[in-house]
Amino acid sequence: MSILSVQDIGIAFGGVRAVDNVSFSAETGQVFSIIGPNGAGKTTLFNLVSGVYQPKTGQVRLDGEAVTALEPNRLAERGLSRTFQNLQVFFRMTARENVMVGRHLKESRGLLAHLLALPSTLRQNRESAEIADALLSRVGLADYADTPAASMPYGALKRLEIARALAADPKVLLLDEPAAGCNPVETEEIEKLIRTIADDGVAVVLVEHDMKLVMRISDRVLVLDQGRVLAEGKGAEIRSNPKVIEAYLGTHGPREANLALN
Amino acid sequence: MQALFSHRLAVPLVIAALVVALSFALPSSFYLRVAALVWISAIAVIGLNLLMGYAGQVSLGHAGFFGLGAYAVAVLPAQFSLHPLLAALAGALVCGLIAFAVGRPILKLKGHYLAVATLGFGILIAMAISNESWLTGGPDGMPVSRMTLFGWRVRGAETWYWITGGLLVVGAWIAVNLVASPTGRALRALHDSEVAARVAGIDVARYKVRVFVISAVYASVAGSALALVNGFVTPETANFLHSIELVTMVVVGGMGSILGSVAGAAILVVLPQLLTTFHEYEHMLLGLMMMVIMIVLRSGIVPSLAALFQRRRK
Repeated sequence: MSILSVQDIGIAFGGVRAVDNVSFSAETGQVFSIIGPNGAGKTTLFNLVSGVYQPKTGQVRLDGEAVTALEPNRLAERGLSRTFQNLQVFFRMTARENVMVGRHLKESRGLLAHLLALPSTLRQNRESAEIADALLSRVGLADYADTPAASMPYGALKRLEIARALAADPKVLLLDEPAAGCNPVETEEIEKLIRTIADDGVAVVLVEHDMKLVMRISDRVLVLDQGRVLAEGKGAEIRSNPKVIEAYLGTHGPREANLALN
Repeated sequence: MQALFSHRLAVPLVIAALVVALSFALPSSFYLRVAALVWISAIAVIGLNLLMGYAGQVSLGHAGFFGLGAYAVAVLPAQFSLHPLLAALAGALVCGLIAFAVGRPILKLKGHYLAVATLGFGILIAMAISNESWLTGGPDGMPVSRMTLFGWRVRGAETWYWITGGLLVVGAWIAVNLVASPTGRALRALHDSEVAARVAGIDVARYKVRVFVISAVYASVAGSALALVNGFVTPETANFLHSIELVTMVVVGGMGSILGSVAGAAILVVLPQLLTTFHEYEHMLLGLMMMVIMIVLRSGIVPSLAALFQRRRK
């Protein structure tokens, strides 16, 4: 059984069906990519799956449990984590503190112990800081640990969000355009990182515009167009699918597509 | 040196040193009394700063909690001959419960809407206090009986200076503990991005209520202390202008700065005293100086000066 399965999910904004009857499932240890032209509904789909929006139709199952329309923090408790296309970083906190927040669910939550700085709280702080430092090294941001997020470069913030999401030890990780705005070197680093995350036994669901990255890294690809599923399959199948080429390049596309991709 | 300044306990230690040093420097009981008033305001301002500066939620009704704390030590000993310390504890408890009850619906609101809702809440409490004159003495206020501790009558400016100073140090210590804890990180996170905080597993509504309750208890304790020091309470402690004054202290001193809370309280308590020599120009000068402070040190006194200091060293 799939760790994440989405069935016939849909939402409409003022009559526009932003996401319409979309189904897919993601498997542990694999990278599942969602592609599509601008406005196809990729980010909306992420917001539905992660509980930020309430779906009008359909359902989401996480590890066999029905989790449709649960609050994002309840989904996080069940092992779903995500990053954001438009950065949602805690800008007034340092990089280390940002990742420590990602550790929230694993931390002790006794308020009295926090107010009095009991040894258990100090130990907790140290432990979270150590885990955060290890994750920052993993995404290549060890040098930024004490830097306020507000003064970090864009590409670093993208990776900071990934580190924060990983801090929760997720079973499913939704990555919304992790390589957007990154230079080729950073993109390559992110590609390697995503691969190791999947290899560690996380189901990665990826929205990405960098087609070469998607084709290299994905186990399966889903193509969305105008809120609907256009095609689903392995990278090679998607690349040669005439409907996909038409959605991206118009009806005269196939020849140009072959030129562009080969 | 840097590590010394950034240690969690640096701030309460600095405040403790300040309390001790000023006790030698201040020449008369008048000044000690003014300093005690600064410590008391600073306690309420630290609580409000946890709510505003760290969690990013505004409250324009905090004098309501301050007033409830003040009237608790006036009314409860008079009506039920409760010891003032127990009365203060009861006041803090009631404020915490009220904050818990109104917190969930009110803190769903954001920005200006939250400001107006808390404003209404504060006005409600102030009205209740001045209308229920059978209990509170109405607009004229009521006397507060002197506190006795183990047969010793607590009195005199110097005694209250040390008691309130000690309370402030404890309040600052608890605040820095909270800020550096998982709860503190959750509060600062939801300030910057609620959606990212929720995705990280933080129950945003619950944490907002938590910090609202904590800040209400701080205000209540400060109110109780003020009533005991003055030996008298008036409805003005709970009114709208006092709420605004507390918010101003937070902003002038520095949002998200515990030391700033003390600085903000000091400025707004001491300046009017100094400016009384200018008679009718007093309020004009006070307003003008606050405008200048905000224009020159826009993130508040302590954070702005700290940033300036760090730039100088580089």
